[in-house]
Amino acid sequence: MTKEEVHIDEVLEPILRQVPDPEIPVLSILDLGVVREARLDGKKASVKITPTYSGCPAMDVIGDDIVTALKQAGFEAKVDLILAPAWSTDWITETGRKALEDYGIAPPMDASADKRALLGEEKLVKCPQCKSTNTHLVSQFGSTACKALFKCDDCQEPFDYFKCLI
Amino acid sequence: MSSKQKDTRLHEDKIKYIYGIADNSLILGQRLGELTGHGPTLETDIALTNISLDLFGQVRSYFQYAAQISSGEVTEDDLAFLRTEREYLNVLLVEQPNTNFAYTIGRQFLFDHFHILLMTELQKSKDDTLVAIAKKSIKEVSYHKRFSSDWVKRLGDGTQESKEKMQTAINDLWRFTDELFHTTKADEAMIKAGIGVDVKQLKDTYYKNVSEVLEEATLEVPNLKYFQKGGKEGIHSEQMGYILSDMQYMQRTYPGMKW
Repeated sequence: MTKEEVHIDEVLEPILRQVPDPEIPVLSILDLGVVREARLDGKKASVKITPTYSGCPAMDVIGDDIVTALKQAGFEAKVDLILAPAWSTDWITETGRKALEDYGIAPPMDASADKRALLGEEKLVKCPQCKSTNTHLVSQFGSTACKALFKCDDCQEPFDYFKCLI
Repeated sequence: MSSKQKDTRLHEDKIKYIYGIADNSLILGQRLGELTGHGPTLETDIALTNISLDLFGQVRSYFQYAAQISSGEVTEDDLAFLRTEREYLNVLLVEQPNTNFAYTIGRQFLFDHFHILLMTELQKSKDDTLVAIAKKSIKEVSYHKRFSSDWVKRLGDGTQESKEKMQTAINDLWRFTDELFHTTKADEAMIKAGIGVDVKQLKDTYYKNVSEVLEEATLEVPNLKYFQKGGKEGIHSEQMGYILSDMQYMQRTYPGMKW
């Protein structure tokens, strides 16, 4: 399954777009790319979501939020968790990347740049505050499983970097 | 044996095989979880507990699957919290205590290098669910391996004191590495069925990869003839009882409790 093959029912789409990631409220779950299917049969909605990281504690909350949002819109929802195909940062949409950066989280880079940055070989991660790439890795693991902690050496601000997962 | 009996046997072996993989992550995750708020620095504290979280996430996927194919009303929580010591099939390595930071890193390093090889091979399994879990997990495990290998190098090639401590930890934990490549009867049945990974085949690559990192860390690769075993058959070291009493206390005191 690829991004293009994801089927989201057009009636459900605007409702799901209103459901945010609980850890990153500026990011809709659709832009995060965790919704793999949303189908509607009369008043019954069936939604399939996939975790970003296996142990992501946000998944249960996302599931509950989807049920609540759809219930308010008059639908009875059933949410299933699926594992395949595994989520990667490529599933985050362009809108999502922009939202992350505006929020102060550096969006994921491509895999080879990510590896060089995380190994400290090159300064590639752009500070979301001052846009400088004069930044360094503080910790490979940040405030949540999906982020690493960086610091900008120009504006001196620490910031989260959304790790690339391929 | 009738074909129905054979099916039942294969089914039971599969559940045991899943325990064998999942219990490693469960017990190691529990060990790392003990460090919550006690890591040597804020960054390592967060890193180790993030790794713990990844491992628990993987465990949930395995146990949900095992519960689903088990007969009777079994839940993932029953499997995690209500088995007896002999029913846990994790290797001895993962139950070893957080003696000091070098031991925590050494244990993680020796396990991660095995874990990544296992996940790579499990992606070729004939079982679709195990393939999906492996594909998901390997992304996380490669981060774990990078973290633990970096720390082995940093401590090994660090000060005289950090080097001594790292070497002592590696020397001490080395005797638990051979067991990673043992197979149980259930493992053999699963290998034959094309579902399980033949870990015996991973041994050479493992020791080669681990030795490379140790050499880069200017540490000596232990030369040991005698190894410990038993965990995979449910015969654990003294440490296991303490872990289980910690881990199972709430569920045994308040059966069926939920957050």
